[in-house]
Amino acid sequence: MKAKFPILRVVAKLLIPYILLFALYVQFHGDYGPGGGFQAGVIFAAAFILYGLVFGLRSAERVARPHVVEAFMAIGVLVFGATGIITLLAGGNFLQYDVLDHHFAGGILPAGEHLGMFLIELGVGITVFSVMITIFFCFAGRERAE
Amino acid sequence: MLDNELFIIIPLLSLLACTAVTVARMRDLWAAAMLTGIFSILGAGWMIVLDAPDVAFTEAAVGAGISTVLMLGTLALTSRKAKPPKRFPWTALIIVSITGSALIYGTHDLPDFGDPNAPIHLYPNPGYVALEIAKGEPHGHESHEDDAGGHATDSAHDEAHDSHHESVDSTDAEHETSHESAHHGNTPNVVTVVLASYRGFDTLGETSVIFTAGIAVLILLRRRSGQESAS
Repeated sequence: MKAKFPILRVVAKLLIPYILLFALYVQFHGDYGPGGGFQAGVIFAAAFILYGLVFGLRSAERVARPHVVEAFMAIGVLVFGATGIITLLAGGNFLQYDVLDHHFAGGILPAGEHLGMFLIELGVGITVFSVMITIFFCFAGRERAE
Repeated sequence: MLDNELFIIIPLLSLLACTAVTVARMRDLWAAAMLTGIFSILGAGWMIVLDAPDVAFTEAAVGAGISTVLMLGTLALTSRKAKPPKRFPWTALIIVSITGSALIYGTHDLPDFGDPNAPIHLYPNPGYVALEIAKGEPHGHESHEDDAGGHATDSAHDEAHDSHHESVDSTDAEHETSHESAHHGNTPNVVTVVLASYRGFDTLGETSVIFTAGIAVLILLRRRSGQESAS
């Protein structure tokens, strides 16, 4: 694998940073333009999968440790659920974001409904990203059944 | 729909149909997997024509990207060729024809593309989307969610008839509580608003479904350390 496919390896190296950057854009700009947590998670995972396809599964597993990725599957759902719990503790209903209103750093940090959506999209993105990576690792790591 | 869009729509839909027929007739599974990826890319283009970039994103990333990779990964473990069928699958052809005709028959009840009086724009709460958009304007006025809901139900009746969303904006300005400043404004992408706020419980459920799918794949396919050497 090392010496083979130099064009693929160079092009993948060029593309992966931009794929990651685009995924972050889709994640954090999803409130304003098209996109959101699901799409961002898939695109972010696609960069890792491209890396795994070109440089081998072992290299990809060194970058994204399987047990860390598996933990992030749960962390994403927990971020989403915790947002709901926080709105409950703040006196609102479950996922009623406008109780998240605050007055720190006005205009820079998201607040209120915007903050709530930001948090749950982050949770969705983390879960989708780690589930896609995990499924890829599981599929690609299987040996052919003899 | 604009007439000049027909130059995009007709080739796009013809290519979609050609790809679908080719995939169905193909025995080489590797090529079929690649063609389903092409089908997804064409579908993503079609979604762009329909002004649904969010769906197009998902279609391109999941359909053309991830699922093609997963299908190729599966093919690496199994055979690359499908066995030719022993006899012509008449039952499948009849079922597909009946389902297809039912679907085409069903499209006659669908509203026209971009129809402002389509049920999706009027139910369950016609003012909601307009209010969310109004809140998303940089200098727009804000109102509380429950206030917005109540006001929207009040205006639901006349809203259903004239569907002037700007009128909701102006009347809402009188009702608004105005203790929140402009930077607390909502997000302008109405798809995000609907998914995250209006249907937040649904989205939590969907995220849990994805999580469950990941757990299920892990349970079924995970390689235990040392298993490779043992088997």
